[in-house]
Amino acid sequence: MNQRRSFFVLTMMVFGFAFLYIPILSLIVYSFNESRLVTVWGGFSTKWYVALLHNEPVKQAAWLSFRIATMNATGATILGTLAGLALARFGRFRSRSLLAGLTTAPLVMPEVITGLSMLLLFVAMEQVFHWPDGRGITTITIAHITFSMAYVTVVVQSRLATLDESLEEAALDLGARPAKVFFLITLPIIMPAILAGWLLAFTLSWDDLVITSFVNGPGSSTLPVLIFSKMRLGVSPDINALATVLVLIVTVGIVAAGLLMARQQKRRDLDVQQAVAGNQ
Amino acid sequence: MANARQDHRSEPWKDPGATPYVRIDKVTKKFGDFVAVDDVTLNIYRGEIFCLLGGSGCGKTTLLRMMAGFEAPTAGSISLDGVDITAMPPYERPVNMMFQSYALFPHMTVQKNVAFGLHQDKLPKSEIDARVAEMLKLVRMEQFASRAPHQLSGGQRQRVALARSLVKRPKLLLLDEPLAALDKKLREHTQFELINIQETLGVTFVVVTHDQEEAMTLASRIGVMNHSEIVQVGTPADIYEYPGSRFVADFIGSVNMFEGRLIEDEPYYVRVESADLGGVFHVSHGVSAAPNATVWVALRPEKIHILRDRPDGEGDNRVAGVVTEIAYLGDQSIYFVRLAGGRLVRVTQPNILRQSGGGRISWDEQVWLSWDSSSPVVVTQ
Repeated sequence: MNQRRSFFVLTMMVFGFAFLYIPILSLIVYSFNESRLVTVWGGFSTKWYVALLHNEPVKQAAWLSFRIATMNATGATILGTLAGLALARFGRFRSRSLLAGLTTAPLVMPEVITGLSMLLLFVAMEQVFHWPDGRGITTITIAHITFSMAYVTVVVQSRLATLDESLEEAALDLGARPAKVFFLITLPIIMPAILAGWLLAFTLSWDDLVITSFVNGPGSSTLPVLIFSKMRLGVSPDINALATVLVLIVTVGIVAAGLLMARQQKRRDLDVQQAVAGNQ
Repeated sequence: MANARQDHRSEPWKDPGATPYVRIDKVTKKFGDFVAVDDVTLNIYRGEIFCLLGGSGCGKTTLLRMMAGFEAPTAGSISLDGVDITAMPPYERPVNMMFQSYALFPHMTVQKNVAFGLHQDKLPKSEIDARVAEMLKLVRMEQFASRAPHQLSGGQRQRVALARSLVKRPKLLLLDEPLAALDKKLREHTQFELINIQETLGVTFVVVTHDQEEAMTLASRIGVMNHSEIVQVGTPADIYEYPGSRFVADFIGSVNMFEGRLIEDEPYYVRVESADLGGVFHVSHGVSAAPNATVWVALRPEKIHILRDRPDGEGDNRVAGVVTEIAYLGDQSIYFVRLAGGRLVRVTQPNILRQSGGGRISWDEQVWLSWDSSSPVVVTQ
C-alpha cells in the first residue's frame, strides 16, 4: 500500500517536472545546436553564444534591461518596505484594509490591464504636465515599480508579522527614539527579507514583456521585447542562446532570494528551538 | 514559603505619613469597548518588590505597560518620584522593563545588548564599558560578553535581559513574568537571585506574574487583580492568612470554602452555621455583616487537624467524616474527607513520621476534623 503510494507520488512528480521543465530544457539544448535550422540537430557548438557577444542590439537591450531592473528593484524595495511597515506596524488605522488590498492587487491584476492603464496615464500626463517626455526607460521603470512593489510588500510584511514586537519596545524603553529604533533594530533584523524582496523585484522586471511592450518607446527595447520582436521574424538559434542566458539570470535571482528566506526561516526555527531547549 | 525578609524590613505602607514612590491614581484603560484596567489606584513605595498577581486577561500586563509608557491611560495619572509621567514617552521615562520574551536584540552581542541603553544616553565609551562590565559581573555573565543571544541558554538570556534593564539605573524596574520561561528548579534559584540583586541595588521592582508561588516568594507586597480591578493589596502573609474575598482565598493557595449563615456576631468572635459543613464555625475575629447574612468561611487545608478520636469536650470547629482519597506527596499527604452532608474537605498533613511508622490514617477510615478558632476566615463577598 505504502509502496504503491510512493510509486504514484513519484510518477506524478516526474510528470510535473517534465511538464514544467522540458520546454526550457529543449531550449537550452538547442542553444548549443551547430545547425542554423532550429529544429534540426547539427552537432554541439557554442557559436551562437559567441555571436551573441557581437550582436550590438542584444547587448544594448541587455544593458537597458539591467539598468531598468536595478532601478525598479531599488524603487520597489523602498516603497514596498514602507507599505509593509505600515501594514504590519501601524495598528488598525483607517483605510488599512484598503491599503492592503491596493498594494497587493497588482499580484492578481491582468498584466494587459496594468500595461494599458499605465500607457493611458503616461499619455495623459504628457499632455498635461509635459512629463514624462515620450516613453522610454523612465516610463518602463515606473510601470515596473507599480507591479513589483506588491511582491516586496508581501515579503516584508510577512517577515514583520513574525518579528517579536517587544524587540522594538525594548529599544524604545532603553531610550531610543522611534526613528532610531527603526534603523538600529528593525531594519537590520528584517534586512534579509528586504534583500530577498529586491532580488524578486529585479527578476520580475528583468523578464517582463507585456507591461513593457505597452509603455516602451522607440529605442527602448528591453531584452524580452527584443526577443519577442525577433521571434516574429522566425525562430533563430541565437535567440535560444539569449533565452538560455535570461533563464540563467532569473534562476540565480530566484534561488538567491529563496536561499535568503530559507536561511532566515532556519535561523528563526533554531532560535525557537534553543529558546525551548535552552532552559537548563 | 515563609517570607523572612519582611521581618527586618521597614513597612512604609503602614506609615500614613510616608510618600509613595509610584502613585497610580484612578487609572483606567479601554481598548474600544473593552475595559482592560478599571479605575485602579495603587501606591508603591521606594525599594519595594511589588507583585501584580492575577490570571490571564485580568489587566495586570496592561497596567505594567502603562507604567512603561507603551500604552496611554484612558483616564487617570501615573507619577514616579513626584513627577507626573502619564504623558511621557517610554524613551524619556526613568523606567526600564524586562520583557517576558527577554527581547534581546538578535543581531547584537551580549555586550552590545547591555550597552544599548547607555549608548542612547551618549555616555563616554569608557563609562559605558565600565558600567556594562559591572552589570555583567553582577549577573555572572562576564565571560559571555561576546556571545550572540542565540548562543545562550534560557537562564543566561534571562540574566542578560536583567542586566540590560538595570544598567541605566532606572528609578523603577518593571518585570513581565520574569521567570515564566524557566523550568522549576532554575526558577526557584533565580527567584532568590532576583531578590539579592534587588537588595544590592535598591531599585524599586514591579513584577507581573500569574504564578502565586512566585509572587509569594518575591514580593514585599502583592496586588491581586481580577476582572481589570485590584481586589486586594497586602503582604504575602496578609493575602494568604486574611483573604478579603472568596476570589483571593481561592486564587492564592488551596482552600475549603463553606457557605454559611451568621448566627452570632460579637466584636471579638462570630459563629457561622453551615449546612455545607453540618456544624458551626467559631471564628475568633469580628465581621462587618448584618446578622443572619450569608457569608463564606475559608479554611486552609494545612490548618485542619485530622484525628481518629473524637476531640474532647463539646463545641464548634469540629466535624466527622470518612477518608475517601489520600495523595502521598513525600513531604506531605493530602487527605480528602467526605462529610456527612456529602461535602469533600481537603486536609494536608506534613509527613513527620516515615511511611513505615504505622498507625497512619488510611482509606475509608472514620475520622474527626478539627481546627483552631483562629484558623477560619469569614469573607462576605
